Amino acid sequence: MTQHRLSHLAALESESIHIIREVVAEFRNPVMLYSIGKDSSVMLHLARKAFYPSPLPFPLLHVDTGYKFQEMITFRDEYTKSIGARLIVHRNEEAIAQGAHPIKLGVGRCCGALKTTALLQALEKYGFDAAFGGARRDEERSRAKERIFSFRDEFGQWDPRNQRPELWNLYNGRIHEGESVRVFPLSNWTEMDVWEYILEQKIPIVPLYFAKPREVIKRGNMLIPAEGAQALEGEKVETVTCRFRTLGCSPCTGAVYSDATTLEEIVRESALATRSERETRIIDHGASSMEDKKKEGYF
Amino acid sequence: MNSVLFNSSSELLRFATAGSVDDGKSTLIGRLLVDCKGVFEDQLQSVQNYHERKGGKGVDLALLTDGLQAEREQGITIDVAYRYFATPKRKFIIADTPGHEQYTRNMVTGASTAALTIVLIDARKGILTQSRRHAYIAHLLQIPHVVVAINKMDLVDYSQEVYETIRTNFLKFTESLNIPNLYFIPISALEGDMVVTRGDKMNWYTGETLLGTLESISVDNGLVEKPLRFPVQLVNRPQSEDLHDFRGYMGKIESGEVRVGDEVTVLPSGLRSKIKEIVTFDGNLDHAFAPQSVTLTLKDEIDIPRGEMLVASNQPAQVAREFEARLCWLDKASLQLQKKYFLKHTTNTVKAVVTELQYQVDINTLEHNSEVHELHTNEIGRVRIKVQQPLIFDAYVDNRATGSFILIDADTNNTVAAGLIQRPELA
Repeated sequence: MTQHRLSHLAALESESIHIIREVVAEFRNPVMLYSIGKDSSVMLHLARKAFYPSPLPFPLLHVDTGYKFQEMITFRDEYTKSIGARLIVHRNEEAIAQGAHPIKLGVGRCCGALKTTALLQALEKYGFDAAFGGARRDEERSRAKERIFSFRDEFGQWDPRNQRPELWNLYNGRIHEGESVRVFPLSNWTEMDVWEYILEQKIPIVPLYFAKPREVIKRGNMLIPAEGAQALEGEKVETVTCRFRTLGCSPCTGAVYSDATTLEEIVRESALATRSERETRIIDHGASSMEDKKKEGYF
Repeated sequence: MNSVLFNSSSELLRFATAGSVDDGKSTLIGRLLVDCKGVFEDQLQSVQNYHERKGGKGVDLALLTDGLQAEREQGITIDVAYRYFATPKRKFIIADTPGHEQYTRNMVTGASTAALTIVLIDARKGILTQSRRHAYIAHLLQIPHVVVAINKMDLVDYSQEVYETIRTNFLKFTESLNIPNLYFIPISALEGDMVVTRGDKMNWYTGETLLGTLESISVDNGLVEKPLRFPVQLVNRPQSEDLHDFRGYMGKIESGEVRVGDEVTVLPSGLRSKIKEIVTFDGNLDHAFAPQSVTLTLKDEIDIPRGEMLVASNQPAQVAREFEARLCWLDKASLQLQKKYFLKHTTNTVKAVVTELQYQVDINTLEHNSEVHELHTNEIGRVRIKVQQPLIFDAYVDNRATGSFILIDADTNNTVAAGLIQRPELA
């Protein structure tokens, strides 16, 4: 009998592959949002599995804020090239030229300009009608109510009170001209599932996830990487053995103390973690910032 | 959580919870998450901070599951939310549905993928209209396991008599519903008794705790033993030099299993062929089973577009343009007979009209009302449907995946109804 049981990872994998294929079957011009992080890496891996032996039937889109770690950009370019994926990089050049920065604009407005607006610009520029995102429902409270096929109006906005009911595995992908759908194939995965799957499938990830001595600034509970931040008065740059649990923009992503240098050690550390991964992301800590950002069109 | 390490062979159990306002559902889920360490310290802290700002003390477990700003302000829960936790034995996905006026719609949505549902009853109030509705929906959706959690036992002195009375009444009500596995558990979500740990107040109860039940019920849904159903999602044609002639059918095995060499029938054409390869990214397989997603190639060159289905030749599915179904109406705009809807069923979307509304089910009394001419939001009715192209289906009671469909309004594109196909011989 045991050979007729799928492990939870195999069951999640199959569900995600089914979702990704449904999108390709029902939409004219889908795109996969690729943020270079571990969730994106898993989603991309699942997409490759879904269409094998054919190549990926859609491009990848990286919304680049200009504040991503250099190691992320290097990894992005090498990995996407090695698997033969088509990569589109989009930046909100106007906002970047105006010097958008979280300290200058505030985190909310900076994210709004460099991520949300940039994403909406790119979707419109290329006419994408469906965009895959690697968000998980366990990440943050407002995500727990997100559909797998999440409908967006012609302004790219999300209305949490007016979502389409989603029953069985029957996804409603019908939209009018100008409307679009965000699709979350990893909705039912947890952080633990993602790490276990990366380990099981040997999926390459950005080296920033592994611990090593790095130059950081200690600020409150956070370890801010020196790469994108300036030391304020009373702060100094120190070398600390640390790693990143999630990857975002360098000024807004904190590292955690860690000695985990292998995937096995990361899985162990994640299983024992007592604090959530989003804690190191500055954007989540407003009263309900993720919910507000999502309504405006953020992932 | 330590023992969860590397246990990637653990199984997944999806379950649904629903409850009325104030029956302690959010507290129960909060309790499961906290006691199984499905909540991180910083999340707990942020909830506690919020609660204390509002003048409360300590942690209000219910706040952990109230996700949206609007909900926290109004103290209500909107729509279905999904929660995740794991124990060393299993991974759990909870579809958490609120109990207010959209109860039926949300409950049907949340329960549609569940293998188990928890009916929460306030021990002080006993069985309410919503408990009955809940049991009926579990029956309608054929959920194999129903747990009746009799909550707030701390407020009735942990009385065995209260528990027994509710149990007897519930069994009486569900006699006609044929729920295959029914469990009754007395709990106090607030104090924690019989949720994760037994506590010391209800030694008269000898059954499993709630978590013990969730961990031990069989998750084998018998899918693999059912006849093969493989709806084609897409055709895989790389058309590269080395794979010039490759033509694979991509899809998820909804039920049954396939082996290389097996004969299969293509519906609706009825053409037969044999499985040549079971292709996956990780290499070809000799054998695959539900619910795996794979790519199949056949020995014969047959053109099989999306929406058609490979089935076991000895037990094919039905092919018809008319059938009867039960509809749970989800939309604000009521059902209109003879209006054109889109019907999505497996990987197939066709135009459909509802030709007849035979009766509406009174979900509180289970009586059939054949005098009705309309079906409104949250109502369940028995209908006759006609589709433009033949549908390849089974009855819902025989196969959840090939017996379920949704109706989509052709103007608004809203998902307006959930449908469950009836067995023709019972029609």
